Amino acid sequence: MIKSNIDTIRANFPILHQEVNGKPLVYFDNAATTQKPKQVIEALNQYYLKDNANIHRAAHTLASRATDYFENTRRTIQAFINANEPEECIFTKGVTESINLVAQTWGRANLNAGDEVIVTTMEHHSNIVPWQMICDEKGAKLRVVPINQNGELIMEAYEEMLSANTKLVACVWVSNALGTINPVEKIINLAHQVGAKVLLDGAQACSHLNVDVQKLDCDFLAISSHKLYGPTGVGVLYGKREVLETMPPYHGGGEMIKEVTFEKTTYNDIPYKFEAGTPNIGDVIAFRYALDYLTVLGKENVADYELQLLNYFVNGVNEINKQTNDAIKLIGAAKSKVAVQSFVIKNMHPFDVGMMLDAKGIAVRTGHHCTQPLMQFFELEGTIRVSFALYNTFSEIDTLLQALTSIAKYANR
Amino acid sequence: MTTTEIQNNIIENFTLFDGDMEQTLFYLMDLGKKLPPMPEDHKTDTYLVNGCQSKVWVYPSYTDGKVWLEVDSNTDITKGLIYLLREIWNGKTPSEILDTELFFLDKIGMNRMIGSQRSNGLLSMIKQIKMYALAYQVKQN
Repeated sequence: MIKSNIDTIRANFPILHQEVNGKPLVYFDNAATTQKPKQVIEALNQYYLKDNANIHRAAHTLASRATDYFENTRRTIQAFINANEPEECIFTKGVTESINLVAQTWGRANLNAGDEVIVTTMEHHSNIVPWQMICDEKGAKLRVVPINQNGELIMEAYEEMLSANTKLVACVWVSNALGTINPVEKIINLAHQVGAKVLLDGAQACSHLNVDVQKLDCDFLAISSHKLYGPTGVGVLYGKREVLETMPPYHGGGEMIKEVTFEKTTYNDIPYKFEAGTPNIGDVIAFRYALDYLTVLGKENVADYELQLLNYFVNGVNEINKQTNDAIKLIGAAKSKVAVQSFVIKNMHPFDVGMMLDAKGIAVRTGHHCTQPLMQFFELEGTIRVSFALYNTFSEIDTLLQALTSIAKYANR
Repeated sequence: MTTTEIQNNIIENFTLFDGDMEQTLFYLMDLGKKLPPMPEDHKTDTYLVNGCQSKVWVYPSYTDGKVWLEVDSNTDITKGLIYLLREIWNGKTPSEILDTELFFLDKIGMNRMIGSQRSNGLLSMIKQIKMYALAYQVKQN
């Protein structure tokens, strides 16, 4: 379905149609951020041209229009992740803020000396550092689930780690560096058996996989709009109502209060309790169009197409390896993966490979991908990472494979 | 040769590639291989200029009023660029180094390599060499 409509889809992404270093742009850095369809860009434009007003609490028409559109996005994201009610979806700046919010409110209220928070070896720094900070403050312990050489969690070790001391499991759903899809249903189920809450970092998962928070039964899910074809600076924290209601507020300020006196302040209900100050209204409104875009295309169709791209790439690399005495080493070979692939080239630093590919108009990411502990596990300084999205094509992968062939040959003359 | 003359020679060599970035990078990497090897015991943290992705080591010395440089990097393109910097500055006086305006990076299309200090040690390295030159100059006077 995507393959037969790829020209129409690509026409929706104006940024793709340009040259970089004299070559047509090939954008394979989608795990860092996806490009935006013109529907999103137009919605953003429309908001500032016609609808800009501060939301909630105003009698005038523009404010009421902006409020309606803003709250429409909340209902759209509710449907997108199948939350029980829109109030369980809190707007944040992105996954990082969503996780920090939980660490600083739920964590501060619930973690004590001797308690344990479990993360995994493949976490992004944004799902490590907030927990280190609150664990240090509270005297709680951070424990780390190990992985195997394929880049998969060692579930037996996780099961052994769980105990009555476990208060929270904070786990990445899909690894940004390896593409591994973690068995989150099992992870959640096991955590709940010992009474622990579970937070999922959904940064990478939500653009590739179907999300049903009720079926998953996760307590929190952190989402970023910009990895989902939406604007930067917007994210969502999903939380179960009964959990969110017991949490103290995060930031103090306007919007999050019921009544303020100098003696005492009472707080608003969820989600507003966690949305102090004027939010990123325009970007939240435009985010809805990204969600609609994905929903119309169908997540299964997108995932299916992206996996075809990934397989095509991996097969191409295997062919290059036949000609170059295995110059390219793929990192991350989990059985269950999204269209993200890390690799290294023998005798060449990832940074140099990234520069060489850029010379060909190909955008990839190089470095540690904000997963230094994971790189330490693989004993690497960094990798080259390609990540595919719904607008990428097989012929773009051919361009990449050609460039990699000449780089691999140069490096291993 | 003056630092300006050396830079002009470098630029002329790169005009062969007519702006072809891939060929430019291959050439840079080849140049990097020509750097005299830096003794491992000089590659210590004291002489490390750290970037997010590429590391650069600069080990200076000062004899007969001139600055001598041992340089190395863990990435090949940066190595090519520091080879060129060494060509320009090795054996020059502190004041020649301090007075140099580096225009060759822009002319060979590599200005973006110094655009982001975070991702690359090159800009920090340029500053570091100028700091060493300044220190030698002060010591001399």
